[in-house]
Parts: sequence; C-alpha cells; structure tokens
Amino acid sequence: MLKLDIFLSALANGLMTGAVYALIALGLTLVYGVLHIINFAHGAMLTAAMFAVFICHAWLGIDPYLAVFILTPLFFGLGYAIQRLVISPASHGDDSNILLVTLGLSIIIENGLLMGFRSDTRSIDVPYGFSVIEIGNLFLSTPKVIAFVAAFVVAGLLGLLLVRTDTGKAIRAVAKERTGAALSGIDVEHIYAVTFGIGAACLAIAACLLMPTFLVNPRAGNAFVLVAFTIVVLGGMGSIGGALIGGLIIGVVESLSGLYFGESLGQIGIFLIFILVLLFRPTGLFGAKA
Amino acid sequence: MNRLNRRTVLQGAGASAALIAAPGLVRAQAAPVKIGILQPVTGALAQDGEYGRLGAEIALNEINAAGGIKSMGGAALQMVFGDARSSPEGGTAEVERMQAEGVAGIVGGFASPIVLAASQAASRYDIPYVVDVGVSDQIVNRGLKNTFRFGPGFGTVTSTALENLSKLNDAAGKPAKTVVIVHEDGLFGSGMAKLLNERLPQRGFEVMETIAHPTPSRDMSNVALRIRALNPDLVIPSSYYAEFVLLARTMQQQRIRPKGVYAILNGAASNFRFVKEFPDAANLVMDCNHWADPRKPRTAQVRALAEKDGRFWLYNTPLNYSCVKLLADAIERAGSADRAKVTEALANSNFADHIMPYGPTKFVNGQNTGAAPVNTQVQNGDIKVIFPTEFADAKAVFPAA
Amino acid sequence: MKDKTLLLIAIVTLALALLPLGFESNVVLNFLAFAMIITLAAQGWNVLGGFGGQFSFGHAAFFGTGAYGMALLQVRFGVNAWLAMPIAIALGAAVGYAIGFLSFRARLRGSYFALVTLAFAEVFRISANVWSFTGGAAGVLVPLKLDPWNMQFADKRLGYWLALALVALVLLITHRLRESRFGAQLIAIRENEDAARALGADALAVKLKAIALSGGITAAAGSLYTQKFLYLDATLAYGPWISVEALLAPIIGGIGTIFGPLLGAFLLLGLGEVTKTFFANLLGGARPGADLVVFGVLLILCVAFAPRGVLGLLARLRGRGA
Repeated sequence: MLKLDIFLSALANGLMTGAVYALIALGLTLVYGVLHIINFAHGAMLTAAMFAVFICHAWLGIDPYLAVFILTPLFFGLGYAIQRLVISPASHGDDSNILLVTLGLSIIIENGLLMGFRSDTRSIDVPYGFSVIEIGNLFLSTPKVIAFVAAFVVAGLLGLLLVRTDTGKAIRAVAKERTGAALSGIDVEHIYAVTFGIGAACLAIAACLLMPTFLVNPRAGNAFVLVAFTIVVLGGMGSIGGALIGGLIIGVVESLSGLYFGESLGQIGIFLIFILVLLFRPTGLFGAKA
Repeated sequence: MNRLNRRTVLQGAGASAALIAAPGLVRAQAAPVKIGILQPVTGALAQDGEYGRLGAEIALNEINAAGGIKSMGGAALQMVFGDARSSPEGGTAEVERMQAEGVAGIVGGFASPIVLAASQAASRYDIPYVVDVGVSDQIVNRGLKNTFRFGPGFGTVTSTALENLSKLNDAAGKPAKTVVIVHEDGLFGSGMAKLLNERLPQRGFEVMETIAHPTPSRDMSNVALRIRALNPDLVIPSSYYAEFVLLARTMQQQRIRPKGVYAILNGAASNFRFVKEFPDAANLVMDCNHWADPRKPRTAQVRALAEKDGRFWLYNTPLNYSCVKLLADAIERAGSADRAKVTEALANSNFADHIMPYGPTKFVNGQNTGAAPVNTQVQNGDIKVIFPTEFADAKAVFPAA
Repeated sequence: MKDKTLLLIAIVTLALALLPLGFESNVVLNFLAFAMIITLAAQGWNVLGGFGGQFSFGHAAFFGTGAYGMALLQVRFGVNAWLAMPIAIALGAAVGYAIGFLSFRARLRGSYFALVTLAFAEVFRISANVWSFTGGAAGVLVPLKLDPWNMQFADKRLGYWLALALVALVLLITHRLRESRFGAQLIAIRENEDAARALGADALAVKLKAIALSGGITAAAGSLYTQKFLYLDATLAYGPWISVEALLAPIIGGIGTIFGPLLGAFLLLGLGEVTKTFFANLLGGARPGADLVVFGVLLILCVAFAPRGVLGLLARLRGRGA
C-alpha cells in the first residue's frame, strides 16, 4: 500500500536513529558488562550532556560537532569522578544500593537542571540543521547521516580500545573475573571508574550528534532510557558489537512498526521483542553464553 | 516578599489604581487572605506549571498593589504555593496542606488528572476551586459544587475549532477535503481525536488517518513520512511542545507542504519560543487554543511583566492571571474569606476584568459558559489572531502557497 | 523470639492506629494514608525481592492491575467495592503468577528478571492507554459517593485504618512466611538457587508462589489507591513511578525484613514531604526542583550511612552498644 520511497525513507530513518540509540546504549552496556550495575542515572546524564551541548552553542558559539572534542573528555572526567567519589563509596559495592545511588543521582541531575535552566524546552539552530542529502526521492537529514557514520566510528574505536590498549585489556579482565583481575594487580576501583567515564563520554558524543535535530529540557534524556535498555538486552549485556547491531535493529523495528501500526502501538512492538528475546534467548542475539 | 513587590509595583503601572484605593491601604493591617496556587512545577509538566505560577503571581502582586480586598479593609492576598509534582497524589497532598493553612480558595492544577483529584480533595472541605486549564469535560460533569472552570473544555474547543475550520475552508473556495489527524496519546490528544473523527465527516472532510504518538517521543519522522505518503490537504496536530516542534521541523525537512496545518490545543503552535527559534517551520501554522484578548490594554502589561526575565508568552500565564483575579473578585464581593460565601459569589459571578476573550463570566454547573478558544496563525515571526473576526488582527493565509 | 515479633507487630499497629486520635491535622492523616498504600506495595515487592532475592522493576504491573480491577469492577460491572477488592487482589496474584510462569521457566534471574518485569509493566501501560475497556487515555473515574458501603469514607480516619489493617495483615503474613517451610525455601533460593534445588526444593513452584503472593499484596495497594483518588489513567496505574517506590522503600528500610517496607515508606515519603514543605516555605515555589535535589542528596547519604537499610543500621548500633 505504501509507496516504495516511503518505505525506504522509513528504513533509512530507522537505521540512522538506531545508530544514535546504539551510541547511548554503548555506555550502558559497557557499564553493565564490567560493573554489573544497572545505571538509573543514564538518562539524566544524557540530559546533562545535551544541556552542555546547548550551552556550548548558545553561550559560547561552539558548533556541536566541535563541542565533541571538549565534551567527550569533560564527561569522561565527570563519569570517572561520579563513580569514584559517589557511587562506589556510597553503595559499598552492594547491587541494591547501587540502584538507590544511581536513582538518587538521576533525581539530583534532573532537578538541578530544572533549577538552573527552568523547564523550557530548548533547541539549537545550526546552519545545517535542515540540510538534506537527496537520493532520488529520499531526503536524508544531513545531521542524521553524520550521526550514523559517527556511531560506527565510535563503536569501532571503543572496540579497538578494549582489544588493543592495556586499559582495555584490564577492563575486559575485570568484566570477566573481578577477583582474579584484582589478584593479578589490576586496580579494580580505577577500572570501574574508567568504564563509567567511558560510558559518560559516549553519552556526550551522542548528545553532540543528537542536538542538531533534537531538543532538550530537564527530562529530555529519559525518553531514551528504556530503548537503550532494550538494545543492551537485545545485543547481549556487555557486547559492543551487539549494542550497535541491536540499536540498528530497534531503530528499524521502531520505524517500520511506527509506520504501519502507529507510533503509540509501535512502542509495544519494541517491548514485545524485548520480552521475547529475554524469554527465549536471554543472553541476547549476539551475547556469548554467560 | 509580598511587601517588597507591592512597593515596586506601586511605582509602576498600578500606581493610579492604588491611589484610588489609598484609603484601603491606610487600613491595610487587616489579616491577609490566603489563596492556594497549585501548579506542577517539577516533573513532566514543569513547564506549564511554571508559566501558570507566573500568571498567578503577577495577578496577586497587582491586586495587593491596588490595595488588596477592599471589602475586607484592604486585606492583602497571600499566596500559599503548592507543587503538584505532576501527579494527582502530589496535588492532593498540597490541597491538604492548603486546607491546613486555611486558604479561602485554590486556583490551578493544569492537567486534568491533577485537577480531578485536587478539586475532589478540596470539595471535602468546601474549598472553592478555580480550574485554570484542565480540558477534560469530566471535571465539570461530576456535580462538585466547589469546582469552577474558567476556560473552555475540549468539547467547546473542538466545536469552535471545527466551526472556524469550515469558515476558513469555505472562504477559500473549499480547497481542503482530506485530513490527517496527529495526536499525543494521552487524555487530551486522544479525546480530541475521537471527537474530530466523529465530526469532521459531518462537515465534509475525509479523515484519511489518525496517528497517535506517545509523549515523550524521540523522533517524529515516521509520522512525517506517513503524512508524506498520504498527502492530505490538511494536517491537524494536537500534541505537546517538543513533539510538535519535532514534527514541524521534520515536515519542513522532508518538504511536506500541506495546504494547511491546523493545530488544536497544541503546545507549540502558539508558543513564541517555537516561532522565534524556527520561524520557517512555524510560519503559517494555525492553532485553536487558549489565548489572551489582544484588545484589552492589560494584556500587553501582563505580557510585559511575564516576558521580563527572558520568559515567553504562553497561554498558561494569562489564564492563571485571570483565574486569580476571578477568585479575588469573588472574595471581594463576598466581603469575607468564608468558603461558602466565596463559592456562592463565584457561582453568581459576572466578572469581566480578566484578560481572556470571554466576556463576563457566567457559570453553569461550574463551567464558564462564555469561555472560548481563539484561532491564531503564525505569520512572519509573529502570532496573529485570525478568529473570532471581532478582534482578529490579521487575515488567515489559507491555503498556504 | 517468635512471640517477640508478634508483640512488636501488635505494638506498631496499635501505635499507628492511635496516631490519628492524637491530632487534628489532615495533612498528616493524608500523609499516613498514602504512606500505608506505598507500604503495602513495598511489602509486596519485599516478599519477592527481599525474601526471594528476585528483584522486580515492574511491580507497577500488579499495582495497576489491582487499581484497574477495583475501578472497572465497580464502574463497568457495578460490583460493590468490598467485593471488588478481593477480586482485584486475586487478579494481581494471577498476573504475578503469569509473569512468573513465563520468566522463571525461562530461568531469568538478576538483571534479566528485573528488565523483563519492567517490559511487562510497560506493555500493560501502553495497552491500558489505548484499550477502550479501561477508558483509554481518558482514564476511568469512580463516582464520588461517600458511604462506607462504597469503601469511601467521609471520615478519612476510617480509610486510613482500613489501609493500616491490610498493612498489619501483611506484617503477620510475612512473619508467618519467615517461620514457614515455604519461607525457608524461598530464602534458601535467594542465597543459592542451585543449592536449594539440590536440597529438594522445587525452585520454580516456590518462586511462583512467592510472585503470586507478591502480586496480590501489591494489587491490594493499587485497589486502595483507586478508592483514595477515585481516578486512574494508564500512567498512574502502570507507570514506572510505583515500581520505583515499591522497590525503594524496602531497600531503604531494610531489605528482606518484616518492618523494612513500612519504615522505608515512612522515611522515603517523609523525607520528600519535609524537603518539599521546607522549600515551599522558604522560596514559595520560586525555585522548582531545589527540594528534589536535596531529597536526592539525602537519599544517597542514607545509603552511604545505612547500607543495610535503617533496620540494618539499628541492628549494627545495637550490636555496638551491647
């Protein structure tokens, strides 16, 4: 019934949005894989990153794509500090306490932003915000195409970091066997914080890629949390490649089911997939056996 | 804090009014009358709540600067603010606190679920409750004696919107026949879509599709694509701010140009922030919504006060400003903070000194029968009134070129 | 030991029951009544999460089922409220059993179980929002008819006492649970499921029984919510807020303890009210969010200084004193 170009547009849009989802999920899956914690503050941290992009652009006149190079290290540092100075000492390493602490953090961040910026929804106006790449009848939003490519680059770099560098090897060692890693001289606390920092850095990159086409208010990031969890599960908790492919799948499923069943019911599709994957293949489509 | 504001406002716009009321001021040591202002200023509805609170505050300052409640010896109005935290239980808890503080009445609530719960809690103590927005018609259909809705419910809004749409279309030679409805899937959007689906065919429009979307939405591209595929003459969106902005931007990007975008109770289509930030995407969008009366001189004054701190002019501000003035008028006429008397004064109220385009208030079963929405259109970076014709300051541009 | 706990339950219940006689404040009464609802939801969570070690992020599924069951039975079928409540509770238990059946049979544990419950709750929420039977997005309004026969009380203390009675009942149930064979097996599964199974416990059956009980208790909280506010929509009934409250309260109070959920609910809601009132008086709502920032900080401090919950902290202090 629908014309082919509409279908293709939806497909392309699903892939592009999915890539950004993947980027948001990368941080979550890495933190889960290594620290085994579910970070309730992930959405609020994304919101904070989006506000940081907004500040860079609106107050300092820095383009979001340049802001990547400032905000990524900044958020790495913030993430590192949060894990080292707040989550770790406050939670005493207990899983249920980590839930509480990250939840407390999300309340603090969200309402701190509300205090500082008020509840208004803001966006940034960049010259390329409305530019498109035309392929026949397909209009691909340029910022989304950039985000798509960037997501692959970031996932690739992250993969390289984990495989090639000493820190990466240490992260993987801690993920696999934390006591063993500690015995072999790895500073587990430091690795935890580094991992959390990388997660936050991924969010900063995602925020820079999102803002040219999205908007921000003190709750903006929450919309991405559940979908990010879904991707983490689909891709297998802790798997970088899984998160990337999971993100693309979810993006496409969301886009097509939204197109055919409507946006509201389309969301059910995502959760049903989520439930089915959990019930029948809980290690995710690409996760190794636990 | 109130005293400070009183002094500053005295030097400004309210000075002449205050002079007349000067005898009242001399005796101003009368015990203050407490007014409950209930708004969701944290959580999902924080934006609406904040702009509502702003309107209430402007009204309270103005009334106090002008000498308070004269029939009560110039008693000042004192705000008891309650954050409903965007939830009914939050709203209820605040009503209890306001009851403990001994308020003479409550104004606000914003969202229908909060209003339903809060007005019911207030009814237990016979506290008069003035609803600012709460468009669900269940609010005034429960037979609560204490609840008064100053603004229109979505039944009225939809009827007016359809009426004006027909006028618009007829005047242009009926260029629009097909419609796609886009709505948020909560109470107000879904209720609207249901009514539209019943009534649009009666007026000769064909509803090609009704697309629901959740709030918050991450992406409105699919909705835009769907519209592109159906290619309707008219798009009728009923969504909150962020989702409509995303939709309008995507439509611009995907070069979807229907003959008209005719929003109803939309969170963005008559919001100056949207118009300022995305003038091209916003241009020629029409909206049928709450809107202050541009003829009344005080509208411009309230707007200037509201925009002072870099804030934008949203309908919540004039609505709450007017609701507080309405309640103050009832207290004035009752000559007492006694709740039964204030409720009675509200029920019989004939209040015209507000800044909404309604005429004097007349409540039937708690609904202000004169309440009506206004049609606006974004034209070249400004928001113009196109209906009702009595005070329209621009002619509708339809169909869009 | 056993009698001591029973005595403590009796004392706590009696003290809570006598509270509203000592003062006139409806603010406090309203707070107490809402705290009872959250306590009940949290007690339900605690049976499964505290004693059974199965962390759920989706107790909204049970809460909402109880709430909607209560409302729809009255509004759509004209069932009396007192009869509707046990049915609503049974519905909650059934939903618990069904979700448990699907997820425990698939051997989901830990975070996987938590996430699947979250997804179920979301499916319920989205469905309730579009289904016309539940009133769709417009929600469902229970007519206001103040009459004890309708479980709507003109004297608010009666509503509070009803909720308290249910909380006390669940205190007794959890006490019995801990003493029973079923409870012992449940705790054994929490500590080490494989070992428990090796010792002959039918892990699946035990967990199913626990999640059904848990679902029923939380559904009771939902049905009380309906009677208190008389209005429901999908986000109120099935929204994530209640899943979070239900799990926060026991963790703060003392996970897997009898009084943990009660203490936690009081602390959590009390902290929220105190900060809110404090900032409302200080700023008149001029800085929205300030109170919640302080609330968040206090929450983290609570965890930092009472990592085993308030009850854990008390036990530690007592241990040090002895």
